[in-house]
Formats: sequence, C-alpha cells, structure tokens
Amino acid sequence: MNEPQHTQLRIAPDSGWILIFICWLLATVGTLGSLFFSEVMGLKPCVLCWYQRIFMYPLVVIFLVGLFPLDRSVFRYALPVALIGWCFAIYHYLVYSGYIPEDLQPCSEELSCAEINLELFGLITIPMMSILSYTAIIVLLFMFRRRTQS
Amino acid sequence: MKKLSVVAVAIILLLSIFAAATYFYNSQKADDANAKAEKNNSVLERDYSPTLGDKNAKVTIVEFFDPACGTCKAFSPLLKELMEVYPGKIRLVLRYLPLHQGSDEVVKILEAAHQQDKFWEILSAAYETQQGWTKHHVAQPDEFWRMLAYTNLDIEKAKQDVKTPAIAQRIQQDLADAKTMGVTKTPGFFVNGKPLIRFGYQPLIDLVEAEISSNE
Repeated sequence: MNEPQHTQLRIAPDSGWILIFICWLLATVGTLGSLFFSEVMGLKPCVLCWYQRIFMYPLVVIFLVGLFPLDRSVFRYALPVALIGWCFAIYHYLVYSGYIPEDLQPCSEELSCAEINLELFGLITIPMMSILSYTAIIVLLFMFRRRTQS
Repeated sequence: MKKLSVVAVAIILLLSIFAAATYFYNSQKADDANAKAEKNNSVLERDYSPTLGDKNAKVTIVEFFDPACGTCKAFSPLLKELMEVYPGKIRLVLRYLPLHQGSDEVVKILEAAHQQDKFWEILSAAYETQQGWTKHHVAQPDEFWRMLAYTNLDIEKAKQDVKTPAIAQRIQQDLADAKTMGVTKTPGFFVNGKPLIRFGYQPLIDLVEAEISSNE
C-alpha cells in the first residue's frame, strides 16, 4: 500500500507542472500568433480583439512565474483573467456570427469586429482560435486544481 | 533544472518559428509587390502628374503621397537632398493618395495649384504648415484655405477649379492607380518602377543609388 502512494506523490506535482506548462505554451502561442497577424501581416486588431489580447498577454507571465517553482495558487490568479478573456472571445464570436445585432456592436465603422479578415483553410477564424485557446487554458486549470488538491 | 531547460527550449523554438514565419511572409510579400509593380508599370505615372527634375533623368522616383501625412512631410527634405546630390539624374513624380480624412479636398487644392504652375511651392507650404491644418489626423480644408492666403496662389481661381470634374477625375485616377499598384500606405515609393520594399530613409537612398550606378 505504501509503495503506490509514494509514487503518486512523486508524480502528482510533475503532472501538475506539465498542465501549467501547456497553459503557458497556449498563451505564448496565442500572443505570438496575434502579434504575427497585426505586426507582420498588418491586420489591424479590432476593439474586441484588443480586449482579448489584454487578457491573453499577461497569462504568459503569470504562468511562467507559476512554473518556477510550481505554485498551486496559480489557479487562483490565472483563472479570473482567463475567464474574462473567454467571455470577450465568446462575445466576439456572437458578433461576427451575426447573433448580436449590428447596433449593439462596440466597434467603429472603419474597423468592424463583424468583418472576418482571415480564414485559415476557409474554416478557422481568429476569434475561433481565441475561444479554443481560452477554453483549453480554463479546462487545464481546473484539471490542475483537481490534481493538486488531493 | 530540467524544467528550466524545457521552458528555455520552448521559448527559443517559438521565437525561431515566429522569425522564420516573418521572414517567409515578408519575402513572399516582396515578390508579390515586385510582380505587381512590373505588371502594372504603365499606370505608374500619368502625363498630368506633377513632375520635378530633368525629363531625361536616368532615375525616376514616383511617390504616392498624402499632404496630411507626417511621414510624407518627413521624406520631402530627403528627396530634395537626393536631387541636389545627384543633379540632373533624378526625376520626381508625385501621385495623389489622400488617405487621411479630409485630405481629398486638400489634394484638389494642390491640383488647382498645379494648374497655376505653383504645385511645388504650395506643397512645401502645405508641409510646413501641416500642424496648423490637420487635427488628430483629420485634414481641415478650411484651415488650409486660410493658410493659402499667405501664398501667391490665385485663390479665387483655385476655388473655381477645385469644383471642376477634371480635377476630381485626376484624383480618382490616382487613387485607382495606387490600388492597381498595391499602394496602401503613404508615402509609397517606386524607383524606376521598383517598389521600395523595406521602408525607411536608408533603403530609399540605397535603392536610388543602386539605380543611378546601374544606369551609368
């Protein structure tokens, strides 16, 4: 009985570390990707894109600090940030899918959030990638909490 | 320690991918711009375009400009200097690309000045007083007219001319040509038909000097 418990204890922190490491990877890829779209390809970010960036960029730092040494409370600090970003991503998705009428859109005429200016493989859009990254980060954070609680 | 190196490798890897993607995207874009410029060389200048310098100069610089654009203003002394350093070798052709709000009215006035053979002096007056007639990147044509009172432009005539369809048509033509050539920002430079790919003073100087030496 003693032996497996011992292994469990030794493995648990490491698998938790990997979860936060993946979160950090997602946030970093999202950050660099969004910078590639705006700075290299010259696609101007709309207002809603900016709010999603505001909550994605600090996650890179929060996760990195939480990794060395692995800090259990990184869940508490990262989750609210990720949740707010996720809400903006969902709202953006609703705007450009047309579920939210145009007069409720917070964007100026010259840079519409409803306009889709990039479609990878004719399918994946920037707000969609944002939703996926935020969702994955939130799911991983909850997995991390479950694993580190026991 | 192992974890630290995992993160370090990840950072290096991600940054390398970013740099490589940037490099490939930019070289692809440069190829496209060159191909586009070569294909549409015939619309690069029009016979009505304001021109400075020797007709038979070896090097022609075409600049798509906006009088309300701060960078265009910043480049204007450099162009003047290049033409002084290489006398008789450079011809400068300007094309209208009013991208700022309200700028379309101002370029109409410049074209009216062009018809009075006063384009270049009114343009330098426009750059000099740019702060006075642009507010938050929006051109104020009324302020511009007020400034013109201090120049020797025939304002009464210009006020008539800006309303003529001939001037409006020239502006429209320049805008259409800019689109054809793929110019979306001002200033947009072409040196002997070659687009300035990397933007900046030095790249422009290099491109001009390369064209001068290859045409000697």
